[in-house]
Amino acid sequence: MTANGAQAPAVRPPAIELKNIDKRFGPVHANRAISLSVPAGTIHGIVGENGAGKSTLMSILYGYYQADSGEIWVDGKLTKIDDPGDAIAAGIGMVHQHFMLVDTFTVLENVVLGVEGGLLLRAGMDKARKELKRLEREYKLEVDIDAVVGDLSVGLRQRIEILKALFRGANVLILDEPTGVLTPAEADHLFRILRVLKQEGKTAILITHKLREVMAATDNVSVMRRGEIVGSVRTADTSPPQLAEMMVGRKVLLRVERRPAKPGRTVLEVDGLAVIDGHGVERVKGVSFQVRAGEVVGIAGVAGNGQSELIETIAGMRAPSGGRILLNDREISSPKSHLSPRDLRGLRLAHIPEDRLRMGLIAPFAAHDSAILGQQGRDVYNRNLMLNQGAIVTSCADNMQRYDVRPSDPKLASINFSGGNQQKIVLAREIEVDPEMLLVGQPTRGVDIGAIEFIHRRVLELRDAGKAILLVSVELDEIMGLADRILVMNEGRVVGELKSEDADENKLGLLMAGISSKAA
Amino acid sequence: MAASRDTPAWVDLVLLPALNLAAAFVVAGLVILVLGENPVKAMGILFYGAFGYGEAVGFTLYYATSFVFAGLAVAVAFHAGLFNIGGEGQAYLGGLGAGLVCLFLGGLPPILVVPLAMVASALFGAAWAYIPGYLQARRGSHIVITTIMFNFIAAALMTHLMVNVLIKPGQQSPESREFDPGTWMPFVHELAAKFAIAVAKSPLNLSIVLAIAVSIFVWLFLWRTRWGYALRVVGHNETAAVYGGIAPAKVIIGAMALSGALAGLVGVNEIMGVQHRLILNFTGGVGYVGIAVALMGRNHPIGIALAALLFGALYQGGTELSFDMPKLTKEVVVVIQGLVILFCGAFEGMFRPQILAMLRRRRLQAAAAAGA
Repeated sequence: MTANGAQAPAVRPPAIELKNIDKRFGPVHANRAISLSVPAGTIHGIVGENGAGKSTLMSILYGYYQADSGEIWVDGKLTKIDDPGDAIAAGIGMVHQHFMLVDTFTVLENVVLGVEGGLLLRAGMDKARKELKRLEREYKLEVDIDAVVGDLSVGLRQRIEILKALFRGANVLILDEPTGVLTPAEADHLFRILRVLKQEGKTAILITHKLREVMAATDNVSVMRRGEIVGSVRTADTSPPQLAEMMVGRKVLLRVERRPAKPGRTVLEVDGLAVIDGHGVERVKGVSFQVRAGEVVGIAGVAGNGQSELIETIAGMRAPSGGRILLNDREISSPKSHLSPRDLRGLRLAHIPEDRLRMGLIAPFAAHDSAILGQQGRDVYNRNLMLNQGAIVTSCADNMQRYDVRPSDPKLASINFSGGNQQKIVLAREIEVDPEMLLVGQPTRGVDIGAIEFIHRRVLELRDAGKAILLVSVELDEIMGLADRILVMNEGRVVGELKSEDADENKLGLLMAGISSKAA
Repeated sequence: MAASRDTPAWVDLVLLPALNLAAAFVVAGLVILVLGENPVKAMGILFYGAFGYGEAVGFTLYYATSFVFAGLAVAVAFHAGLFNIGGEGQAYLGGLGAGLVCLFLGGLPPILVVPLAMVASALFGAAWAYIPGYLQARRGSHIVITTIMFNFIAAALMTHLMVNVLIKPGQQSPESREFDPGTWMPFVHELAAKFAIAVAKSPLNLSIVLAIAVSIFVWLFLWRTRWGYALRVVGHNETAAVYGGIAPAKVIIGAMALSGALAGLVGVNEIMGVQHRLILNFTGGVGYVGIAVALMGRNHPIGIALAALLFGALYQGGTELSFDMPKLTKEVVVVIQGLVILFCGAFEGMFRPQILAMLRRRRLQAAAAAGA
């Protein structure tokens, strides 16, 4: 380092330099001799599939884990980072995927939490307020520091996390999958903030699996696969297909080919549906639409605009407060009575839930036990009073073969599969009973690119086989790639319907943000 | 990655419990030393008192029988995500159920009345747990609070019944009359005598066979039936249960009833097996020991059987110990039991990091050796 520094004193040393970082978890080699250099004042993307070692690497940099061997250099100095305190002291800040904020506190209170600066709050608070105002203005964060966090949107909360890191003196910001919960507009705003930070000389490391964002926001990008860095390139010199190929190790179709739909009779009819959630808030407000056999209807929208409640009500998990739902012209749900998820499975309605760990699987159960959830009463899985263990394990093993689940071990606990493989287990369970109507929520959330291709193909195969499919996704690419018709939800209402050939990101984005289709 | 960080099964199931138990006895030894007794000798007496001779083994197994019922009761509720603290009261009521049948239907042939009394003990226990289960599922009253309160209600109810209703006329102490001998659970030593096998006299009775049968039933039920599956799904993830078409409220009520039925069977061992009449406080804290037994036994029938045996040995050996070493009073024996619960329950994972670090070092050395 010193040699370099002596030759070119004007050039800043790399903000972060990792040398031969190695980390094992038991038999898993999570990081193999990783060397990475992040020049100061740049935005550096790190992409890779789940389990490629991105999060482990960043956790080592932020002090959650210690590397088995290797060195971390910060600003040209060899730095020992044993816990997050050391990382913060070295000027490294982390913006977590899941925000670490107290909902009932104001922005100011949240930011000073842990660094109040003395026994009495007042003095520290006043100083903090001044400093925060300065930071907020300088980096154009547009946050009201006296607002209560619980009242703020997801995008704003993320900016508070950034503010928190900056307040603690961060020069390097690690952002872990920052756009997973943002609208396209919010994501754009985030990238604008990152560019301002860059101009001010700060460095950002962006961990993501969305190639579009890497292309839009970064200067350099490193690709990880199986614990190794398989390449670091300048973003300007690469392309999404090339990155995808590096990530997966083979050519990947980013958009599965789709033939025109041949819609048949109406299978599902939702008529004026309204749903009130457990807190008494009306989450779905008079939604009507139909899904016909042989078509995919997509519901786009920012997470939390009533899509979850809509799909759960159709699946029989919630009672509507108004309207009704018909399946094959039979009323299955109205405020007076509704069929249970069990009854609906009997009517050949399948449901791939949007949150597989909260709903689709039982985390500590063996895969074969998760693979019968909702179907534990089926004859094939029972013999007299007992479950037919042999049949259950065999059927699970068969499905694992067919859906290429890895490792194909039915006895392994569900939680120990990667996201994509968990999703395939759920997919196999729901599809293999040959449903007529399929509800699909966020089918590729947290799923690897390779598995996304597989899942998308499967969904389209089912459509071509004449199934009616309702797809909810916050990923615009996914909606545009799969759906024949797209409904956009905003604050519990369907604010627009587009044919897939008429849809583009711009139109959808405006609708999602609640700007009416006429204006768009 | 999560899997690789898991401990190997033999470490979890054999090494760690053994280490925890050893640690508990080391600390217990220190306590005994401070009290001015020889710890090695004391432990010797404890062990001999529990397993050293026929009568001791009989007593140990008799205690263990009740602990198995109480432990299984806690475990079944636990798998449904419920903490049933009410085993004590459910066992108490279970004894009442068995006692009422024995008192009022005692004239029937044994082949009829014994099973009937067993069913009654389970039904009474189940009914006593059903109410907190119902309140939890339909009214949101927390099961821990209600089951604790139901222990007190059970105690008050039994006192009232024993003092005012079931008391044998013309005596002072609140006991019922002795049951008809046809209703007694046969003692193991008497049964063995019929086959000319000499077994030391002890309270051990055929309830232990029931305990073994019920343990197998619980295992089959939880892991091999769709109802047990539904119960475990609710216990792990209620949202997933709803998604899977399982109604959590029904499962919660059913699980509590089953849990109460198991606890109620304690009454078979105590009332039909040993006391042969209804008395006050025959449960003597068995329901609470069941919590420790289930905790130590990892809520699995095999673990529960082993933990019940351990606690049975502590009870029996401890009694002998305080008898032989007067300085070590009954309270000191409770301290030893407490230490076992502390180390095997609360500090259950205390040695795990060290063991894992040791394993990792050995693996790295092995890998280095292989590499070189």
